[in-house]
Formats: sequence, C-alpha cells, structure tokens
Amino acid sequence: MDGEITVKITFPHMGNLWIALNTIFEELGAEVVVPPPITKKTITLGVRHSPEFACFPLKVNVGNFIEALETGADTIIMAGGTGPCRFGYYAEVQREILQDLGYDFEIVTLEPPQGSLLGLAANIKRLANYKSWNEIYRAFKIAWQQINALDIMHAASLKVRPYEEQKGATSKAYEKAVSLMVEARNTDSIAESLSQGLQIIESVSRVNSSRKPLKIGIVGEIYMVVEPYANMEIEKTLGEMGVEVHRSIYLGHWIKEHLLPKLFGPGDVEEIKKAAFKYLNHFVGGHGLESVGRTILYAQDNYDGVIHILPFTCTPEIVAQSILPEVSRDYQIPLLSFSMDEHSGQAGIITRLEAFMDLLEQKREKEKLLGAV
Amino acid sequence: MTTIGIPRSLLYYNYFPAWKCFFEELGAEVVLSDKTTKNILDSGVKVAVDETCLPVKLFYGHVQNLKEKNIDYLFIPRVVSVEKKEYLCPKFLGLPNMVLNLMKDLPPVLHLDIDISKKNKGFYRKIYKLGKLFTPNPLKTAVAFKKALKKLSEYQQQLLMGYTPMEYLDSLENGSISKQKYDFKDSKKNLDKREVPQKLKIAVLGHSYNLNDSYISMDIYKKLRDMGANILTTEMLSQSDQEKGASNLKKDIFWTFGKDIIGSAYYLLDQQMVDGVVLVVSFGCGPDSLVGEMIERTFKRKRTLPLLFLTLDEHSGEAGVLTRLEAFVDMVRLNKKTA
Ligand code: SF4
Ligand code: SF4
Repeated sequence: MDGEITVKITFPHMGNLWIALNTIFEELGAEVVVPPPITKKTITLGVRHSPEFACFPLKVNVGNFIEALETGADTIIMAGGTGPCRFGYYAEVQREILQDLGYDFEIVTLEPPQGSLLGLAANIKRLANYKSWNEIYRAFKIAWQQINALDIMHAASLKVRPYEEQKGATSKAYEKAVSLMVEARNTDSIAESLSQGLQIIESVSRVNSSRKPLKIGIVGEIYMVVEPYANMEIEKTLGEMGVEVHRSIYLGHWIKEHLLPKLFGPGDVEEIKKAAFKYLNHFVGGHGLESVGRTILYAQDNYDGVIHILPFTCTPEIVAQSILPEVSRDYQIPLLSFSMDEHSGQAGIITRLEAFMDLLEQKREKEKLLGAV
Repeated sequence: MTTIGIPRSLLYYNYFPAWKCFFEELGAEVVLSDKTTKNILDSGVKVAVDETCLPVKLFYGHVQNLKEKNIDYLFIPRVVSVEKKEYLCPKFLGLPNMVLNLMKDLPPVLHLDIDISKKNKGFYRKIYKLGKLFTPNPLKTAVAFKKALKKLSEYQQQLLMGYTPMEYLDSLENGSISKQKYDFKDSKKNLDKREVPQKLKIAVLGHSYNLNDSYISMDIYKKLRDMGANILTTEMLSQSDQEKGASNLKKDIFWTFGKDIIGSAYYLLDQQMVDGVVLVVSFGCGPDSLVGEMIERTFKRKRTLPLLFLTLDEHSGEAGVLTRLEAFVDMVRLNKKTA
C-alpha cells in the first residue's frame, strides 16, 4: 500500500492487557514488540527515570517502555484521559522522560472519545496501516472477546485456589489456560480456549473440606489491582492462605467505562454510586468512588473483609482511604488498606495479611458463638 | 446573627473575598479560623490519613480550629471545576466527604458544589438553594451573588497589580494594606520597562494556599525580599500570559491550578523577564508530581532560566529552606553579573 510505514508497536503491561493489544495490532498487520515481563529491573529503570512522587503505575510504564524501546520498538500506544486524575497526563510526562533519555520514538495517545472521536479514529486508522474499518472492527472484537474470556478464567481461578491440594497448582493451571487464549484469534477458537481453560482450572485437585473459606473482596486503584507484579501477587498469596478472593475490578470493566462509556451504558456503576452516596456523593476521578461503593456492597454481601490497594500518593484513592474507616466501622467490615510502591516488600505485606486473617477468623468465631446462643 | 465558619486554608486564598461578601450580604457573619500555627497543623495531621498532602492535612486543622469557635455553620464548598474542560485536583472533589468522615461533632456543613466543567446551568439553582437558608427572597440571593462576583474580580485586579493574596486578604481584616510591601505596582509593566534593573527578580510559583500561608511557606516571600529580591507570583501574571505559556504544551492540562503554574513557568521561560524561578510543591501532591516534572525537564533542556524546586512537608525545617534559598539567590545573582 502507498505510504505504508512499518512501525514496531509497544504498550504498557497491565495484567493480561498485552494479550488483547498484541491481538489487535498483529491482526492488523503491524509488528508488535511486547515489553518483556515486569521484573525487578523494569521497576528499577522506571523508578530511576520517573518523578519521585509520580504514582507507581507511571513508573512501571516507563520501565516497560524503556525495555521495549531497547528491544526495537519505536511506537508506544498509551491511553489518554480528560482528568481529574493523573492518568490522563501520563503519556505527556512519559514522552518527556523518554525524549530526554534520547530514544527515537513516537507515543500515540488514544484519547477517550469524550475528547475527540475523530482524533481517536484517525489515530487508530493510522496505526492499523489504513486497513478497512471492517478489518479494524474485527480485530477489536476479537481482542474484546479475549479480554472477557480471560476475565472469566481469572474469576474461576480465584474460586478454586483456596481449596487446592497442592500450593501453586491453581496458578499453574491458570497460566496454562491464559496461554491457550494468547493463540486464539477468532470467535470459535476463543470459545474453545475458554472452555478448555476453564476445564484445566476446574480440574485442579482440591481438598475435601467442610470449612467455609474466608471471603475477601479486593477494591482499589485499577492498575494495582489488575497487575499482579505491582500488588505482589496478593490474590495468589491470599488464595494460598485459603481465602476466597473476589476482585471488584477487571480490565473488561475499565475498557467499558473508560474508553467506551457511550457504547456500554452505565453497567453496575449506578449501584455502586447509590451504595456510596451517604459517604461519598461525587466522583473523585480514578476509582475512588468505586472503592467506597464496592466496600459497602461487599459488606452487604456478607464478605468477611475488604482489602483496599492503592499506589502511594494516588489522589482519588486517598479520598477513598480517608472515608473507608468510617464505612468499615458502620458496616462492621474489617478493612486493610495497602499503599504500595517500589519500596513495598512482600514480607511486610504477608505479615500484615496474616494478622488480618487472624482478626477475621476471630470475628467469625465470635459471630458463630453469638449465633449459637 | 448566623455565623459561618470558613477555614483559612485551600481555596480561601482564591475566593474568600467573594464568599465573605456573599454571606454578609445575606446578613450572616463570617468567622475565619486562626492563622496557621503548629497546633493547627498538628491537629490536622492527627486526623488525616498519612499519605494526605500537606495542604489538605492543614485544612483539617483549620476545621478543628473552627470547631472551637462559636459558629452555626461550616462552609466547605466542593469546587470541582472553575473552567470549562478543567478540574481541580481529585482531593477538592472529595473534600467535604473526607472532612465529614474523618471528623466528628462538627457544626452543620453548608454544601455548595461548583462545577462548570461542562455546563454551568445547575449552578444558579445551587446558589439559590444555599441562599434559602438565609432569606426566602431569591432576589436578595441574586444580588448577593452578583456583588460577590464583583468582589472577586476586584480582588483579582488587585493581585494583577502586584499584591500577593496574603497582603490583600490581611487587609480585609485589619483595614489597610501595607504600602511598603508592595513590590511593584503594575508589576508586569514595571518589569517590562526595566524600572527596577538593579534588583533581582525572582518568580515564586506554586499553589496559592502554600505560598500565602506564611507558616507553611516559611514566609518565603519575606525571605526572598530580605535577600534583596523582588518577587513575582502566578497571580501577578494575567490569564492571557499564562495561556500563552501553557500553549507550549502538546496536550492541554486539565487541572486549573496546574495549568496556571506550568503556564506561568513556560511564559517566564519564554519572556526572560525574571532572573530565577522558585517552584514550591507539597510533598505527596498528585498533580504537582507531574506538573513539576514537566517544568523541571523543560527548564533543564533550555538552560536559560535557573530553577529551584522546593518540596515542603510537615517536617521541613526552616533552616534548610533558608539555606537552599540563599544558595539559589547567590547563584542567580552571580549569573546576572556574568551575563
Ligand atoms: S488513579 Fe491514582 S494511580 Fe492511577 S493515575 Fe490516578 S492518581 Fe495515579
Ligand atoms: S493539588 Fe496537590 S496539594 Fe493541592 S490538594 Fe491536590 S494533592 Fe493536595
């Protein structure tokens, strides 16, 4: 095609997001450089070159970008935003950082349609090598199906893990299921991979126990919740302690709400807003309002506790963090707030989790006793 | 008479003349919290979540301080947006809720949501609703509101003339404005005409609520003046100058205060009308972590205007700040001589 330029596309890691983005751009015939998986080195690089008080996700992104640019990428895809939270300005700052480091690259920001639908369309068309809108639609549809399938498999793994006979078996099964999805590139194969993946997860051998596991809901800032490296695999840790974890936020939700709100309607947003109203009756950017509302919904669903995860200095979640103790008191639901960044150590987190577990067990015993009289 | 307590903190520095006028026109009395002291700050730190930025911690302290005064209501507006397509920081969006969930036994809080990010239609309705508490007559509220707006623009005019918010706001309490503090009437014009060539000109950029609280800023204005510098603040630059500076950005910045700060910084960098820039940010400030980074990188790349990046928190020592300011001013002075 005339004027076709080959670019090597990369993007930040965020849970399984890379699978969907890889699909989109490969299906559209672009070359993709998936950033190497997040490691200690990624974090070190990101932290070294980012502003000290930037929120953690920005720093990890920068680490991803540096590693991807070093392996040959030259075009970075980022999502934009219209505020009030910092995310909407990430790409601008990241561009400056990478420019000062001397990289030759372009950063393409996909602004949410509230910004400019035309701008978004033009950017997508360009990145898609000017393929037809039909082909573009197909690529996005496949990616979207992958994301939803991945979210379903993830939720299934959370249910199985507390019962696993052998520690780590569920995580292994889940990884295998995910790898099936990476290769699935049409509706049929996605459905096929999903049912195979679920089967693999369900067939993890489980202990036979009448004991009901503690149920904990996870709320917080989406990147920290969705990216296991950033939250020190908190879901896995909890699951292996025998806890049934429920996660309130999935990539699928975020895409619906952040990028395509008009297409998908309000979803459960209204329910969350209503729950939070007495405590927080206004959006505060990011997922601050959701953290408050979801905590209340978890309490109403008789969860044993809630864990709130936020990156250090995250503005919307600090609002939530200031409000949650009151919610926790009123609803009698124990709450643990983890503010995380590059300085967090897994050992400290495990200690706090164990203490929290003890508290939940005690509370459960006490309630049982009360129930008996 | 109904008394309304207003914390001398955060948006006090931007809007107090208007708020005072509005409530007084409606026949209420306005009571401010005391000026920041260590006690006030400490009492705010005590109730706050650790990671909260200094200005919000301080706001809690001022609310505590008002609790001890004899007031009927507390006024804590939720200022979401004051410009189209722009916002204030998320903490302003949740401010009344944070206060109400963290502090008990407060006087009733007067709410007012201010949000003109998309349209300002609902705004008047909210004003009338607030006015109803004082008068059944919506006309009276409308008049009070109009007068308040006028007061606000008068205030902003005064700032453009070279007063700092602190100086003007103090004058509302003690009746007179001190003339000698007045660095340059028509500051910008004077600077342009180089009428004060021998004096160093230092711009101090940052959030109004940090810079004008002399306890928090450790009286940075005075310190710089004592070192023989004239100061210029964001408020002394016109909106259009700030816009001009901000137009260097590839993407419009969606925080109003962030835009004022970065717009002023870039404008000054282009105009070379000051000898140095001091950028003051609070520890843990979300927006400033990005805005500050953009400014720092741009200044470093251009290397034409010296920049001092000063981070303040509740542990900042006055001596340390003074040392850094002195070193900076010496450097700027040396620069100027050799230039
Ligand atoms: S939600 Fe929090 S962590 Fe995410 S960009 Fe906004 S401030 Fe940063
Ligand atoms: S702008 Fe910064 S200092 Fe001001 S309230 Fe927000 S986080 Fe705090």
